Amino acid sequence: MSDTTPNQTTDERIKAEPLISRLMKRPELGAIAGVILVAIFFVITADSAMFTASGIINFLTPAAQLGILAIGAALLMIGGEFDLSIGSMVAFAGLFFGVCVMVWGLPLIVAIPVTFVFSAFVGAINGFIVIRSGLPSFIVTLAFLFILRGLSLVGLKWASGGSTQLRGVRDATENDWLAPVFSGDAFPGFFAWLAERGLVETFSNGTPKVTGIPVEILWFIVLALVATYVLLRTPAGNWIFAAGGDTTAASNSGVPVNRIKISLFMVTACCAALVAIITVIDAGSTDARRGFQKEFEAIIAAVIGGCLLTGGYGSAIGAFFGSIIFGMVVIGLTYTNFDQDWFQVFLGGMLLIAVLFNNAIRKRVTGER
Amino acid sequence: MTDDSKFHHGAVDDRVAPIVQMQDIQKHFGNIIALAGVSFDIRPGECHCLLGDNGAGKSTFIKTMSGVHQPTHGKILFEGKPMSFATPRDSMEAGIATVFQDLAMIPLMSVARNFFMGREPTKGRGLFKRFDVELANEITMTEMRKMGINLRGPDQAVGTLSGGERQTVAIARAVYFGAKVLILDEPTSALGVRQTSNVLATIDKVRKQGVGVVFISHNVRHALAVGDRFTVLNRGKTLGTAKRGEITPEELQDLMAGGQELAQLEGSLGGTV
Repeated sequence: MSDTTPNQTTDERIKAEPLISRLMKRPELGAIAGVILVAIFFVITADSAMFTASGIINFLTPAAQLGILAIGAALLMIGGEFDLSIGSMVAFAGLFFGVCVMVWGLPLIVAIPVTFVFSAFVGAINGFIVIRSGLPSFIVTLAFLFILRGLSLVGLKWASGGSTQLRGVRDATENDWLAPVFSGDAFPGFFAWLAERGLVETFSNGTPKVTGIPVEILWFIVLALVATYVLLRTPAGNWIFAAGGDTTAASNSGVPVNRIKISLFMVTACCAALVAIITVIDAGSTDARRGFQKEFEAIIAAVIGGCLLTGGYGSAIGAFFGSIIFGMVVIGLTYTNFDQDWFQVFLGGMLLIAVLFNNAIRKRVTGER
Repeated sequence: MTDDSKFHHGAVDDRVAPIVQMQDIQKHFGNIIALAGVSFDIRPGECHCLLGDNGAGKSTFIKTMSGVHQPTHGKILFEGKPMSFATPRDSMEAGIATVFQDLAMIPLMSVARNFFMGREPTKGRGLFKRFDVELANEITMTEMRKMGINLRGPDQAVGTLSGGERQTVAIARAVYFGAKVLILDEPTSALGVRQTSNVLATIDKVRKQGVGVVFISHNVRHALAVGDRFTVLNRGKTLGTAKRGEITPEELQDLMAGGQELAQLEGSLGGTV
């Protein structure tokens, strides 16, 4: 066999590629560089409290809530589609979950799976319409952005008897054994143990300043790892890239493009449901403005993370870092003397830089000149 | 000029049984007769060129062969047995691979990922069943080297390859996945001189492995450079099949054009077409 002979015949026209230029081709590079730049910016300008354990938890929590959505959005974008309804989906899934717990009195072990199944179903409707009609997902999911937001309002008024808020979820879930998986802090014992030994900062009464890692951060990390594994190391991951890269070419090669795309819509909706469940249990209530404009923030985080708007390229790890940039900026500004409203300017600027950068990267990868 | 081509020619042995025989194929689309009785066969290890001008029915014919269309009339024999391909998948599974002009390649994806797109090798079981990237990379590098292309690495994006190289990847992929008959739809039509000769060399390599190659072209020179037999289609009919050496480029050219206007044109153009 030819693989027994080390016939590493080299082509004289190919120069050895320097490490830098190989790194440049990774989609997540921009986001990692962004995290470093933003961190440096805040180390210089912000109060030193920002980079203590409690400060880091402070900005990672919103980053994680957005990041869970952003990872879903990134997978879908790599698969060549958009979902503008994820923000509304957070409110809608929150409503459904609230109704399960409050109106129907279901325990979490039932309410949570039912919420996921229901959300996946809504995602599948989105996907099915996009696939069947051949319309751009942009327009179909834009319709659902309004439909789901409107349904959340109507549903909340029905469930709460006229209010747009459904309270009392905390009382209903407080003693449920499953609640700690979706709310509060993880590993409190470990942090208390650290505090006893003086390894973490404590308040004067001896309780640690950080009582544990908020569960959403753990979900966020696990999801990023799973999504990356699926993308890079499973056939399904290859199909996602293929479906986003060129639908015709992929289906001619035997890739089940429609199935992949509908599944991705379902995954994205489930990510929204996860955020809804976590925030509803944590806050003890749900309201119709949950997840407002999160669809744009999630897409921005995915784009900062290296996803191309045209699909077929991107990474889940990139979306992970994109979300961290987001959290750092939104919380970090409160540690500085800047007006907080600079946030939006910063956000738009980051997006623009990221898109320009990604465009350049894509040209490098495809060898366009 | 093309008779002394550098390629080895599989001297087609008439006694070798054809892999695919298409007998008197007719295809009607409503009241349009796209194919009016075409017969064609392909033997292992030969390159059978299907020539014809635009609109001659070449595309319809190969789509019938690859299962995209079903013939209105006529028989398809695969290894001697009557076959009817309902879908492209059926013909693919039987061993007829078609490389269409769009190549079914994704520029942003790596060569290895493209090579195994839709047919990823896996390792592990159950939840841990995963894409065997190392194996895919290794096979891709080996197969591409066999075809004479040295990749920078298996993770090189297809977008960075030239048109001829992409064609070669598509051909190598089809052959690796066990094609007995390889249908190439105008593989050289968009290529430069150098790239064309690379693709023709690839066809030659594939033929030596015993694969039957159906080479569709409207370029007589490219066809004569590698072809063993030549079938000319004109207005949905076969104008006959000629063996290599039995026909001159001029005769082929004339047949393709229907033998009429070109004869007059050629005078004014000085035989340069």
